[in-house]
Amino acid sequence: MTPVQVRGEVLSIRRVGQYHQLTIVAPGVAEQVRPGHFVAIAVGGETGAQLLRRAFSVYRTQDRGVYGGTVDIVFAEHGAGTRWLSHVRQHDTVDVVGPLGKPFALPKEPVTCTMVGGGYGSAPLFTLAEQLRERGCRVDFVLGAATEGRLFGVLEAKRMSQSVAVTTEDGSLGDKGRVTDVLPGLLERTGADVVYACGPMGMLAAVADVAARLGAHSQCAVEEAMACGIGVCMTCVLPVVGDDGVTRMVRSCIDGPVFRGDRVRWNDVGTVPADTWGAPVSEGGH
Amino acid sequence: MTRLTRVITPESSEIALPDVDMSTRLAGVTLPNPVMTASGCAGYGRELDQFFDITALGAVVTKSIMLQPRSGRPTPRMAETPSGMLNSIGLQGPGIEEFVSRDLRWLEERGARVIVSIAGGSADEYVRLAQRLRHSSAVTAIEVNISCPNVEDRGLVFACDPVASSTVVEGVRRNSAPGVPVFAKLSPDVTDIVAIAKACVDAGADGLSMINTLLGVVIDSDTMRPHLGGVTGGLSGPAIRPVAVRAVWQVHQALPDVPVIGMGGIRTGADAFEFILAGASAVEVGTTVFNDPSAPMRVSYELQQLLGARDFASLGDAVGFAHRPDDEPA
Repeated sequence: MTPVQVRGEVLSIRRVGQYHQLTIVAPGVAEQVRPGHFVAIAVGGETGAQLLRRAFSVYRTQDRGVYGGTVDIVFAEHGAGTRWLSHVRQHDTVDVVGPLGKPFALPKEPVTCTMVGGGYGSAPLFTLAEQLRERGCRVDFVLGAATEGRLFGVLEAKRMSQSVAVTTEDGSLGDKGRVTDVLPGLLERTGADVVYACGPMGMLAAVADVAARLGAHSQCAVEEAMACGIGVCMTCVLPVVGDDGVTRMVRSCIDGPVFRGDRVRWNDVGTVPADTWGAPVSEGGH
Repeated sequence: MTRLTRVITPESSEIALPDVDMSTRLAGVTLPNPVMTASGCAGYGRELDQFFDITALGAVVTKSIMLQPRSGRPTPRMAETPSGMLNSIGLQGPGIEEFVSRDLRWLEERGARVIVSIAGGSADEYVRLAQRLRHSSAVTAIEVNISCPNVEDRGLVFACDPVASSTVVEGVRRNSAPGVPVFAKLSPDVTDIVAIAKACVDAGADGLSMINTLLGVVIDSDTMRPHLGGVTGGLSGPAIRPVAVRAVWQVHQALPDVPVIGMGGIRTGADAFEFILAGASAVEVGTTVFNDPSAPMRVSYELQQLLGARDFASLGDAVGFAHRPDDEPA
């Protein structure tokens, strides 16, 4: 896979619950995307004051079409950048770089898989579920959000899985609570081998912990603030244990966004643990 | 009539370039193109090579390398600011040995010209870095990042003190290969940048790079604390461009024979042109790469078009042109 930079035409933008779904013609990007890949989009226009690209996991792609390959993303209005993006209209041009990052690892055997999505973090899990089903895997979903309006893809999940559990923090749909309230029971009931998760860092940490306790492998797609998405700015790092047992500050854009849940030092995210490769030796050192 | 050459840009569109000699001479080294990457904004070249041919650049200026591997600072490491960003990476890197055996080797095999940026916590550390690079054929020039705290002097930044700056530059110059120019990269966070520039040149710097980032702080209005893990960070991007052009202007005026590499907020060919007119012989594109990974090539093409449109036969003719006497026409 080689990422490309394309100036893609907006094919459509529409509201989905409290989110926006954007379809961009991005030939060269769409054909290479695998579930878990992301794209980095420039916001604010060529002379705008916002320089940093916004990273979005890919929801869906269409390889061919009248217009060439298309990429769909789902996003929430968090700040000025995503607000700008929510105002693009059909036929506008958007600068897209992708596909980026390491995608979800797929099992070779037909195993039992649980997908856990927090809010619109569920976006990359649907094409993943389709590919797992093609491999003969059993797929169950757990989708959680603060409120019903912030859930994404509940009906879609129902069409492609054995079961869908829904949690909301205010109880407006499904069980009142968090995904990790229902996850242990589901993993025990299905004997899940693999948990795929995407959502806020706190949720991922809790999901990785539950998976580890119940003997399931976990694959977590992290959300870290990025400036470039292509591996040059070094802002999106987090402490991850390597195959050699050594903790390094690795880039979530290049080495992630998908990590093995048991390799991320979730409790140390936002810090540089003392035993990290190249960590400061002592106070006053370098 | 100006001859035009048609080229394909990294974004696959065809553009016409006027016949302008874009080569530039930097302290005995001739580069075919005045546009380079800025240190810390292009890694060691590999990632950007996916988007355009990095051998077409004047040089790849590598992320500052230190003697030992370094984890860098905790996150958050950046904040977006109006037309810029604040960063506090903490010079994360693999250390000089791994850099030389892996990254520098890759750049050499790829055929890229390389300006190696070095950083240290003491004058001795800079010397040892220069010694390690002395026999490498891959090094076109050395850029000395002196905007680092001196651990032997209460963390005072070398670049803010003429004596500390000259000590570092003198050590690096003395221990570098004779044919490899040494550029001191200056900080704008000083009262008199010309004084620091003169101190570096007197200590043996073959040229000057200007400017490094400006120190800043962003407070998070939700947590009501500094946003960056490292509290303070370096401000970069178009927001600082006039400060950078001012620094180049002042130093070129005082030291017209010293080659200057200009950087600080270059986003377009017109921005690069400002630096050239102010006295820079080459430019580096930094933060804009995060916005547009093919920006260095785009800036190069746009600069060439602009030079042609202003009837310059060569880039060299435009260097410092803004300093011409009032009665000299354009």
